[in-house]
Amino acid sequence: MDRNQSRRQVAAMKQCLFDQDDANPNFVEEIVTLHYRDSSRLISSIEQALKERNLDFNKLDTLMHQFKGSSSSIGAKKVKAECNLFREYCREGNAEGCTRSFQQLKKEHGALRKKLEAYFQLARQAGPHETACRSK
Amino acid sequence: MNLSNGKGSNSSSVKTGENTISDHFPAGLRVLVVDDDSTCLLILERMLRFCLYEVTKCNRAEAALSILRENKNGFDIVLSDVHMPDMDGFKLLEHIGLEMDLPVIMMSADDGKNVVMKGVTHGACDYLIKPVRIEALRNIWQHVIRKRKNGGKEGEQSGSVEEGDRLQKGSDDGDYSSSVNEGKSSKKRRDEEDEGEEREDSSALKKPRVVWSVELHQQFMAAVNQLGIDKAVPKRILELMNVPGLTRENVASHLQKYRLYLRRLSGVSQQSSLNSSFMSSQEGSFGTTSINGIDLQTFSAGSQLQSQSLAKLQAAGLGRSSAKPGVPMPLSDHKNLFSFESPRLRFGEGQLQHLSNNKPINLLHGIPTNMEPKQLVNLHQSSQTLGNLNMPLNVSSAQNNPLLMHMAQSQSRGQMLSENTGSHVNRFSSSLVQPTVTNGISNGVLGNGIVGNRNITSAYNPVPQNSSLLSFPMNQSNEMSVNSFSLRNTPGTSEFKGVGGFVPSYDMFNEFNHQKSHDWDLTNTGMTYDASQHVSPLQGNIDVLPSVLVHQGFPSMQQTVQNRDTTSIGKAMFSTGEGIHQSNLQNVGQSFNNLLVDNSLRVKDERIPDQNSQINDFLSEQYGQEDLISAFLKQQESVGQEEDEFDFGGYSLDNIST
Repeated sequence: MDRNQSRRQVAAMKQCLFDQDDANPNFVEEIVTLHYRDSSRLISSIEQALKERNLDFNKLDTLMHQFKGSSSSIGAKKVKAECNLFREYCREGNAEGCTRSFQQLKKEHGALRKKLEAYFQLARQAGPHETACRSK
Repeated sequence: MNLSNGKGSNSSSVKTGENTISDHFPAGLRVLVVDDDSTCLLILERMLRFCLYEVTKCNRAEAALSILRENKNGFDIVLSDVHMPDMDGFKLLEHIGLEMDLPVIMMSADDGKNVVMKGVTHGACDYLIKPVRIEALRNIWQHVIRKRKNGGKEGEQSGSVEEGDRLQKGSDDGDYSSSVNEGKSSKKRRDEEDEGEEREDSSALKKPRVVWSVELHQQFMAAVNQLGIDKAVPKRILELMNVPGLTRENVASHLQKYRLYLRRLSGVSQQSSLNSSFMSSQEGSFGTTSINGIDLQTFSAGSQLQSQSLAKLQAAGLGRSSAKPGVPMPLSDHKNLFSFESPRLRFGEGQLQHLSNNKPINLLHGIPTNMEPKQLVNLHQSSQTLGNLNMPLNVSSAQNNPLLMHMAQSQSRGQMLSENTGSHVNRFSSSLVQPTVTNGISNGVLGNGIVGNRNITSAYNPVPQNSSLLSFPMNQSNEMSVNSFSLRNTPGTSEFKGVGGFVPSYDMFNEFNHQKSHDWDLTNTGMTYDASQHVSPLQGNIDVLPSVLVHQGFPSMQQTVQNRDTTSIGKAMFSTGEGIHQSNLQNVGQSFNNLLVDNSLRVKDERIPDQNSQINDFLSEQYGQEDLISAFLKQQESVGQEEDEFDFGGYSLDNIST
């Protein structure tokens, strides 16, 4: 189950990234690492923004937009879906919905990260070629 | 992020400019990717590499612009994110369109209809939704081809059309065929028209030229007065005017001019004189070309006049003798501005005097004047949108510059000029840029951006035309104007030939700078004169001058203004510069050289193909001026800009460095 989910995510990502054998097999890993680094920052700023008394929905929307773009680029479907939900709440001005959705988003984000990490671990063990060839 | 390999790759395929479609096309396509999100940037780069493109990454819009400016012909296409912290993606789009006329593709995770529509109106070639699929990236080369194709076509079309227009205009002015400018003017006209056409087409989406007749203007005024000058936004004005076939852009550019005009009226007298000079451009001896540009007609007439006036200016400038064309029209001219009377180069009264002072300007004078009318006219027609309006002004100003330069040298004028120029320049630049760019850009950025709500865009359109005008004055008539516009000719390639064209505008800038008699220090912000690359030897005429002048103007402007605006201007200028045939540059170059030397022109070493570095310099300078101008304009722009246009209206000469 986990593996499947992870594969799905990774497959989606690969689709975007178009991983190739000859290319840097660590590319995917690089991207993911980079993404998580950036997104952590984003998440914390969103969190910060959510803590404010009067939520600035515009700002939240902007931040979330960034996060969404980034996540979708690496193929994190579920995370992206959560982003959309969050933005919907933002648009409605539903503070509670935002918070809720954000929590969910963080969860997904974290879960994906774990899966990817596990995946990379395996990939490294399995050998570069195999990793690169992983299909959908 | 890092501009990695971008530069390197540029060099390899620099040649690909317009005509390089290598055998392996689209492999080797030089792509610039701009996105603040590093993850996306990396992914895109990877995918593009996979498509065998040469990729340069950039995570900041400003950096991207400077890269583009430095490598005028270094890229074939640009991919940009919409939401970026330092600059809005659409603004970048506009800039690129104006300055470089490269196809730009927008990207965003946002797929809202209005955002996509914004991309369209600003001139984006395409809009991709993130996550971007590789299949989508595979086909981006089509935009490059398309742009090139359209750019070339526009040039041709415009040429013929322009001719016709020109001839008409010529008759208006009558004595357009001043001794000096006879040959030039005709050439210029042609060029200008071409440029204008090109510009029009590209930028204005082939909008028919709008000639702001007296009645139309009155309607406009009525609407504006009804709304109140503060609340007068193009959209509302358009509604009130209720004129079929009139677009918001037309109104916007006209409004810009109008604002400029008002500013001038209330501004410093000097400036006004300059303005008037611009506007009126050649009133008497110079053949007034209404700089207001609002009135294309006037411009056309002006153009004719301009040629004359330019000639005069030249004479004046050079010989300091006659020059005094009827510049003095400061206030009276203003009226003309809006009344669309015979275009007159309003060269401020003193401007003629300046002529004598500004030697270098003289060169420009000749050109600008000619160019202006044309350009203005062209602008009008082409941009139709606000830009046109703006541009004409710009153009005039640009043209006037030379004249003004002469005159303005005296200084106060400079201010006015600067204002005029500034605004004009901006416009000009835009127009200039446009011309060249229009071919290419118009489709994309310029056209959209500019045409769309941007005053600048429209401005640019005019500019390109102007550039031709500019060139004309310079004597080259075709060349000069072509120069600036020639950029346009090379579709796709950022033709910043504007050098030629810009000369006039430079004058303006110089004026701005205020008397810096050749204050070429315009550090061309961003005006990478790509044009230089294109700069086909301006043959002989002025090409050099304009650029020089422009440069001067720009540098100063640069500092003040953000690159953005000036860039556009610069771009225009560059375009003109490029157009300027090197030969011209040579002629001019000499004078410019001096100028250049004086001013620490920031000559960007654009790759001017064979030609004179001068041209390149000019080009870069021009751009610098553009930047300056835009800076000025920005400064000046107090009037509420509508829709992020380059509202030159607010641009007052005051800001111009005096």
